[in-house]
Amino acid sequence: MSQASVSGSRGLLQAEPLIFEMLGGERTGVDLPEPKGLKDRLGGLKRKAALDLPGLTEPEAMRHYVRLSQRNYAIDLGVFPLGSCTMKHNPRLNEKVARMEGLGDIHPLQPASTVQGALALMEALSHWLMELTGMPAVALSPKAGAHGELCGMLAIRAALYARGEGETRKRVLTPISSHGTNPATAAACGFTVDEIEALPDGRVDLNSLTAKLGPDVAAIMLTNPNTCGLFERDVKEIADLVHAAGGYFYCDGANYNAIVGRVRPGDLGVDAMHINLHKTFSTPHGGGGPGAGPVVFSEALAPFAPLPRIIERDGVLAFEEHAFGEATGRLCAFQGQMGMYIRALAYMMSHGSDGLRQVAEDAVLNANYLLARLKPYMSAPFGGSKDEHWPCMHEALFDDSFLDGTGVETSDIAKALIDEGYHPMTMYFPLVVHGAMLIEPTETESKAELDRFANALIAIAERAKAGDAAAFKAAPLLSPVRRLDDTRAARQPKLRWKAETAADPARVAAE
Amino acid sequence: MRYLPLTPDDRRAMLGVIGAKSIDDLYVDVPKAAQRSGLVDLPRAQGEAEVERAMRGYAKKNLSPANAPFFIGAGAYRHHIPASVDHIIQRSEFLTAYTPYQPEIAQGTLQSIFEFQTQVAILTGMEVANASMYDGSTACAEAALMAARVTKRSKVILSGGLHPHYAETTKTMAGANGVVLIDSAPAIDGEAEVLKLLDGDTAAVIVQSPNVFGTITELNKIAEAVHARGALLIAVFTEAVSLGLIEPPGAMGADIVVGEGQSIGVALSFGGPYVGLFATREKFMRQMPGRLAGETVDADGKRGFVLTLSTREQHIRRAKATSNICTNSGLCAQAFTMHMTLLGRKGLERLALLNHEKACDLADALGAISGVEVLTPRFFNEFAVRTPKKADAVVEALAKRGILGGVAYSRLKGGAMDDVLLVCATETNTDEDIAAFAGALKEVLS
Amino acid sequence: MTIKYTREHEWVRVEGDVATCGISVYAAEQLGDIVYVELPAAGKAVSKDGEMAVVESAKAASDVFAPISGTIVAVNDALSSDPALVNSGPEGEGWMVKLKVGDASELAALMDEAAYKEFVGSL
Repeated sequence: MSQASVSGSRGLLQAEPLIFEMLGGERTGVDLPEPKGLKDRLGGLKRKAALDLPGLTEPEAMRHYVRLSQRNYAIDLGVFPLGSCTMKHNPRLNEKVARMEGLGDIHPLQPASTVQGALALMEALSHWLMELTGMPAVALSPKAGAHGELCGMLAIRAALYARGEGETRKRVLTPISSHGTNPATAAACGFTVDEIEALPDGRVDLNSLTAKLGPDVAAIMLTNPNTCGLFERDVKEIADLVHAAGGYFYCDGANYNAIVGRVRPGDLGVDAMHINLHKTFSTPHGGGGPGAGPVVFSEALAPFAPLPRIIERDGVLAFEEHAFGEATGRLCAFQGQMGMYIRALAYMMSHGSDGLRQVAEDAVLNANYLLARLKPYMSAPFGGSKDEHWPCMHEALFDDSFLDGTGVETSDIAKALIDEGYHPMTMYFPLVVHGAMLIEPTETESKAELDRFANALIAIAERAKAGDAAAFKAAPLLSPVRRLDDTRAARQPKLRWKAETAADPARVAAE
Repeated sequence: MRYLPLTPDDRRAMLGVIGAKSIDDLYVDVPKAAQRSGLVDLPRAQGEAEVERAMRGYAKKNLSPANAPFFIGAGAYRHHIPASVDHIIQRSEFLTAYTPYQPEIAQGTLQSIFEFQTQVAILTGMEVANASMYDGSTACAEAALMAARVTKRSKVILSGGLHPHYAETTKTMAGANGVVLIDSAPAIDGEAEVLKLLDGDTAAVIVQSPNVFGTITELNKIAEAVHARGALLIAVFTEAVSLGLIEPPGAMGADIVVGEGQSIGVALSFGGPYVGLFATREKFMRQMPGRLAGETVDADGKRGFVLTLSTREQHIRRAKATSNICTNSGLCAQAFTMHMTLLGRKGLERLALLNHEKACDLADALGAISGVEVLTPRFFNEFAVRTPKKADAVVEALAKRGILGGVAYSRLKGGAMDDVLLVCATETNTDEDIAAFAGALKEVLS
Repeated sequence: MTIKYTREHEWVRVEGDVATCGISVYAAEQLGDIVYVELPAAGKAVSKDGEMAVVESAKAASDVFAPISGTIVAVNDALSSDPALVNSGPEGEGWMVKLKVGDASELAALMDEAAYKEFVGSL
């Protein structure tokens, strides 16, 4: 479809091969002093075969990565409405302070006396997280949301063993609509997973829950606001039922951004909850990580938080690094994602308690605005009728019933959005509605941007309903590459470049 | 608030479109009792300058390695990072992108991951690598779990030279999932001791080279013995630069190679975020944890990259996934791959050689001090010394003199070998640094 | 020799005391392009309705359950290099396992071709 050019480039989009295919002799982009070549204490274990790693000079490397970067969509470019992912603006102040001398360059094993500021910063972050959530303890070290889930579920496991019920309480309940990480985490902690049903209004069915509770239930893992973008109205009852049955309430805090500063999970009966600093507190997603997933704990679970912990002795802060009491062991080397702690704390301090509440309210307002604007043209299973608005939290969920009979599917809508210059919404999740489209605008979109996005999506929906399936199947037409063959990638996996498949010049030129 | 674009007029107009009277109408599903009417008891919003000042206040209470002779390693290493690397990872298109689930508009990240996977495979001497893990220690835990899946056995033996944090992380993460971890006593040069514990129930042995004491170990014989029992050899490293100079584990029979990639392109940052490297043999590809990028073609037949083999992962396989991991260390992997591209073979080999030479100089300088003994027989850029005083007290005394002189082994492994000090030298150390360290150590010990 | 079907869309065909199993044409169509089939090891005992194999498309993985109890005596190795056989001939060259029948009476509860056709039509 693309007009061929001699260079393979198209306008601003430059053709770019793999680094392994760049010819022109061996070179490097670093200048290092000449080694003296006198000493060797390697004990004869020197590398035998030469490394086959290509090198580039700085100008070549800059071009390579800048050219690649221009094939990526980014928050800084436009609305990134991925439901459940919270793609909000990443303030650059946070990048600056994370790189400060004395913060970005300190070693995790420096003596405590030389890192009092770092420890104080971690304490300050802990204080903010505990105050905001109304929970009495926090473990900072988990390195991502799923790692936080592991941390919380390991604490629950340890608490059950401490009660003498570690071998008898092995079942974890979770809604069908939960993130895949919930059942995966429960399984990784040696629990079996039992799914609970949802009501037609997208919430947990208390009857299904009650029927599944029993003396073998360890915990419930529940996302709230849930993955349909709805607040679990009965959350207190759920917590009470689970507690009465002897289990714990693990809350997946992925959607905490909808309630931060306004509702405290500690007031809802939560025993443990991870907080994705890369969602609610805007540390950058970075193309898929790194994240950070601190976990807040109730009094009941606090003793089982992992190592290390910060302690204060005579006004001096230090790490408690070795096994004591009932603490869960280490979840990682060192003390977690300091770079993310700095960014998250800077974000919190910038917003303050007033700004954070506004963050939640604007996120909810923006999502409801999109729900209201899109509902007449798409199908919102939990959005209410034409005349009645059933509010969502920070994300608006649509299903594919408005596409019935058109031959167009959810994935086609997504690809059509790409041609309109947008990153698609989350597709086919949660699993409880057919052909799900989950839209999370976040609070950092202006009304004008939301209107522009809504107008584009409405036009796409109208076009789909008018019957233009073939055009949808061909989309996207305007992206750097067109639809990619996932089946081919999975049938004959090619996970690395290899010399024998190298540089077919015709193919490289075609890019 | 500088990050919130909605004006009061916007909010009113939007509530009107929704048909709500106030924002409270949108929170009707939240129990009244759980809603706070006032603000949480925390400070109010602040401007950039105020926040920056507060952060500088924290920074000033830390001793930056830039202002002190610095000799700490033991799992995280101070190396120079080219300015262009930090520039690239701050580009909006890498910094503010999501996981590349929509490959048509994420080829930048996907091609970078594909190149990263190739570099890691080449560096470790393995066939395939994944898109990275949280850090080296969690990669180690995931390797233990993978070995249990592959062999359908549950026992994993840890060497006495394995970084104690790696051992503890593996026990926490893999132990909870039914893997039985067998520890070994700390040993400076005892990686092969794991073979004494090897039996027919063993899924894997985990050895580290260079190990936490800096000792480099030849793995061929260990690999042979492990394979003869139907088990896997998991090789760990914490200093990726070492692979520029020493024989890679993949060339010595390792089945899974995991390690910390922080040394190449990633700031020390008090322990994270870092980048876990994970490589293995092609035949075990489907048992790997974590994300994988693979090559394919688009509708026009043009080469492109996608995330692939995702049926191993939690978002599809849920309770049966190979791991619960949902992220990689994306931006750190981006930094790693660019730094590696700048280095190339030539740069990495020279960098590694410089590190080794500095460490040899340091060993000569410290070994010359009366009462100090260099314990590590073969090393790359870090080694252990015996000190006549308790090592943690030595570290504190050195810090008082403005020198960050290593880490006591006893800090890593509660109380064990309390006269062993772990030290490290890199290309960032000058001859003057080394002289200052040796001089101060002499004073502290006298 | 007749073919029988389960409500989970597996088929089984018994010759002597050996049963050949796979997934139905309908199931293969629903799953789309198969990219990988995870097969059990020969010698493994499986029980009726227990997990026997896994079929994967690029974006989904589905368990294949044993239609009847038995012991695996052979698996279709051709699927490892060419999983697309499950799409081109799910009830022929795309067979998955052969098992030694454990309890032939279990066959009685399964649907015959006509009943399965009706069942699929009702979905």
